[in-house]
Amino acid sequence: MTTADTTPLAYPFNTADGLQLAEEYERVRELPGLLRVQLPYGESAWLVTRYADARLVLGDQRFSRAAGAEHDEPRQSEGRTNSGILGMDPPDHTRLRSLVARAFTVRQVEKLRPQVRELTASLLDDMEASGAPADLVDSYALPLPVAVICRLLGVPTEDRPRFRVWSDAALSTSSLTAAEFEANREELRSYMGELIALHRQEPQDDLMTALIEARDGGDRLTELELVDLCVAVLVAGHETTASQIPNFTLTLLDHPDQLARLREQPELIANAVEELLRFVPLGSGAGQARYATEDVEVGGTLVRAGSPVLVATGAANRDALRFSGPGVLDIAREGNQHLGFGHGVHHCLGAPLARLELQEALSALITRFPGLKLAGDITWKTEMLVRGPRVMPVAW
Amino acid sequence: MTAMTWTVRVDPQLCLASGMCAGAAPDVFALDTEHARVLPEAVEPDERILDVADACPAQAITVHDGRTVIGPRRD
Repeated sequence: MTTADTTPLAYPFNTADGLQLAEEYERVRELPGLLRVQLPYGESAWLVTRYADARLVLGDQRFSRAAGAEHDEPRQSEGRTNSGILGMDPPDHTRLRSLVARAFTVRQVEKLRPQVRELTASLLDDMEASGAPADLVDSYALPLPVAVICRLLGVPTEDRPRFRVWSDAALSTSSLTAAEFEANREELRSYMGELIALHRQEPQDDLMTALIEARDGGDRLTELELVDLCVAVLVAGHETTASQIPNFTLTLLDHPDQLARLREQPELIANAVEELLRFVPLGSGAGQARYATEDVEVGGTLVRAGSPVLVATGAANRDALRFSGPGVLDIAREGNQHLGFGHGVHHCLGAPLARLELQEALSALITRFPGLKLAGDITWKTEMLVRGPRVMPVAW
Repeated sequence: MTAMTWTVRVDPQLCLASGMCAGAAPDVFALDTEHARVLPEAVEPDERILDVADACPAQAITVHDGRTVIGPRRD
């Protein structure tokens, strides 16, 4: 077992302008024990890169998110983001999550499929009408999940320019000061507070109304929890999917054999999305450190109580001990229990919705445009927790 | 009337192995194989277990109170 404190390696490894998994991960995964890493801010941490270790840390109650509040958490920006439900442990976490989860179950989400399909068709109609080249992000990848989450939660879609700014800042890794972070969080909260007040006056058939009901009728959450939960659903509900639609498109364009196979066998779409979730490392680096609440051995390293552990799911998803040919994109891969949505109590709440949107968006796009191709340089989002194109010109 | 114990089940056909249940209530659920499983034969009535059943992304967990299915809760 290694517990020696060597100089921590600077982290994150991944570069922002692309979707590659940094080579350092391959090297580190082969080494015994865990690696010490240092993010730009906060204390140094252990880094997990292997699949089995990742499942242990994310799935075991001896690792806490809530404990991070008492520590100088490892992070990419000076300001501390508002983790909300992602910063909580059971049973508080379970209580809040159960209130929202019912809107995002496989069964509930499946009811949205016809709407999502219609939406993809109408966005593609507009793209075709305007003619090539088009920016895939602005004309397709972003409006689709925004429209879906807005309708589901009860936020006016036309407010997109307003909340985009706040949402970007909330997930930013740029040099926002702690005060700027704080100001941004308060603006987003006050915007959501106004919408909640409107919903209280005039209840709607949406998630916000259901959550207000759970607060006012059932006293199952506090007012601040209500506000932050709505904020979390709005931000998490579109940013990641909006990034993965162009990311997955780009990855398929980079693997023409797999793209051709998917066009020949469209029934593989659900499987292909799972493989892309495994293959594409979305994050610029691991975040949301888990704090050991007691001494725990992880992958040959003794993690002391009170120490933070970061889990690089993108690296774990390429662990040869779990996946055969881990560096190969295989849209027909079987037994693909990837960690693309994380694992354990914080497993992505919106996973069923994200799956549905990604399936419908990709399938409609490659079917409509058999000659889909890049039509210029991609502008990458830099200084963001999630990677992906900010602008992606395509033609067909 | 004495409180009845509850029976909890995980449907392996539906379970997506998210690890949600085992992380939230490790005294009741374990995820040590491909799908989650329930550890005790019966559990004492506990709001927490209903929360977990509600929160399962696959809705693979059912809670039975001896007479009827009480979780996941319907709206």
